[in-house]
Amino acid sequence: MTSVALQQGRVRAGFRESRALLLSALAVLVLLVSLVALGLGATGVPLSRTLSIVTDAVMGRTSALGGDGLIILQVRLPRLLLGLLIGAALASSGALMQGLFRNPLADPGLIGVSAGAALAAATTIVLGDALLAPLIGPLPFTILPIGAFTGGLLTTLALYLVATRNGRTSIATMLLAGVAFGALSGAVMGLFSYLSDDRQLRDLSFWSLGSLSGATWAKTMTVLPFILPTLLATPFLARGLNALALGEAEAFHLGVPVQRVKALAILLVAVAVGASVAAAGMIVFVGIVVPHVLRLMAGADHRMLLPASALLGAALLVAADTVARTIVAPAELPIGILTAAIGAPFFLWLLLRRPGGMAL
Amino acid sequence: MSALLEATDLVYHSGGKALVDGIDLTLAGGSFTIIIGPNGAGKSTLLRLLCGELAPARGAVRWNGEKLQAIPAWRLAHRRAVMPQASDLNFPFTVFEVASLGTQGIGRGLSRSDRQRLALEALEQADVAHLAPRNYQTLSGGERQRVHFARVLAQLAAGRTLEAQQALFLDEPIASLDLKHQLALLGTARDFARQGLAVIAVLHDLQLAADLADELILLHEGCLVTRGTPDSVLTPPTLARVFGVTLHASALPTSPWMLVPA
Repeated sequence: MTSVALQQGRVRAGFRESRALLLSALAVLVLLVSLVALGLGATGVPLSRTLSIVTDAVMGRTSALGGDGLIILQVRLPRLLLGLLIGAALASSGALMQGLFRNPLADPGLIGVSAGAALAAATTIVLGDALLAPLIGPLPFTILPIGAFTGGLLTTLALYLVATRNGRTSIATMLLAGVAFGALSGAVMGLFSYLSDDRQLRDLSFWSLGSLSGATWAKTMTVLPFILPTLLATPFLARGLNALALGEAEAFHLGVPVQRVKALAILLVAVAVGASVAAAGMIVFVGIVVPHVLRLMAGADHRMLLPASALLGAALLVAADTVARTIVAPAELPIGILTAAIGAPFFLWLLLRRPGGMAL
Repeated sequence: MSALLEATDLVYHSGGKALVDGIDLTLAGGSFTIIIGPNGAGKSTLLRLLCGELAPARGAVRWNGEKLQAIPAWRLAHRRAVMPQASDLNFPFTVFEVASLGTQGIGRGLSRSDRQRLALEALEQADVAHLAPRNYQTLSGGERQRVHFARVLAQLAAGRTLEAQQALFLDEPIASLDLKHQLALLGTARDFARQGLAVIAVLHDLQLAADLADELILLHEGCLVTRGTPDSVLTPPTLARVFGVTLHASALPTSPWMLVPA
């Protein structure tokens, strides 16, 4: 029994410490990246000044704000918050989707959920302009998250239905169906860009490339109620997803309400990805890179993976956005280009080092 | 011994074929029951019906008179544990984490350290405690099976805090185990039956089944051929009819097992 007691102590201490340590380290990382992101840009603001501006604003002392204060509070802060929200949403959605499909290669961007959401948003832009604008005037921004969310939900459901036979979800079918959905939405996007005028064309390319530019407080606040519930709800799915990793039958044997967990995960992914796509277009690979790195570092337990993914995703996207808007200043690189340029080679490396080759 | 599980007129179809076709069955606590039969006889399907994983097309399974489909999944998980044939994991869970899945969300009044103790004890019982920090994905087939046995034992131990009467289902639990661990696992299963659990296993090895079971259930083409003590079921005429092989059954009461091809 001594060996059991020893081992028990070691395992328990190890798990608790590493989990708390990792989550606090990630929280510190988010904070650091955020401060750097606020200070960097066309107008550089020193760290001490950034801090005093933010504390002034929080304390309600807005009278002493100069030009740099306005830049930070009206331009960079909403963009920072939007980046944090979307990064957290994309990475959590990736982790949820991978848990749901029991496969580390599932990603909302990869299997066409983002494409479905972007297509729905594009439809809203092009057809909404033509059909609704004469009736109700300029469209409110809120309609885009709703449209994108509907698109994301429908695509996720369709994928799930196509890939599931007799209660078993085939990952190969799901990936192939995702390719088909992606191609289909690509074709319709192409049709839209063929039909659209100059302004709509610019909006469309924004959707397909992804960018955090154009972040405003209004936009950030519109997206917040869509993403926050998803982030808050994910920890409650952790146990169900852990059991689901063994298989649906095994999860049922362990007392998990499998259908409810699956339905909730699909809904959360659709809401979070829909809102993200509506606000920033398609940003791929964050959802696959972040959970994978964390699994390598700290294991697969979803009780750790889900909150850690949200934190690392937030930090990563803000860091990428900071690079995107400073590297070719005063112009800006769409962030989707950056994440794809980093994410695609990473994904290939992932495929190459998988034990057992390419089996799905 | 009163019936813990009672199945009446169970029918299950898949793809237009009746995999289980009108089976009546009662199972009592304290008994080690082994389901045998040739490939495709419906053994695993029957097991999955009895543990509530599949809903029958006709008939019903009752747990102490309560219909199985009406019992919520979480409560069922306290009453019975199921060891599957094989289970892939695509994520790098450690062996300890897999065993711990048996205790997550199961049991009443258990602290976190209680749950960890139960998982570790189960790992010891299944002879895989030394693998606790290892990545499950790097284990051999036999080691994986033992880890799942540990997970199932941990689930039973945690569930015992809420439900006194439990059942253990094993679907071909020894398929990839070496001889030592085959005997150890089935021995543990039989000990559980001695402690009052209803233990139901699907097994291919007739010799082991004959040695260990209190009762055998012989299936053929979805129907129950016969049930009873091993020597009443494993008669040469029955074996010839169901398995299509001629065997000589001979009782050697002093030997724990014998390896004598007919």
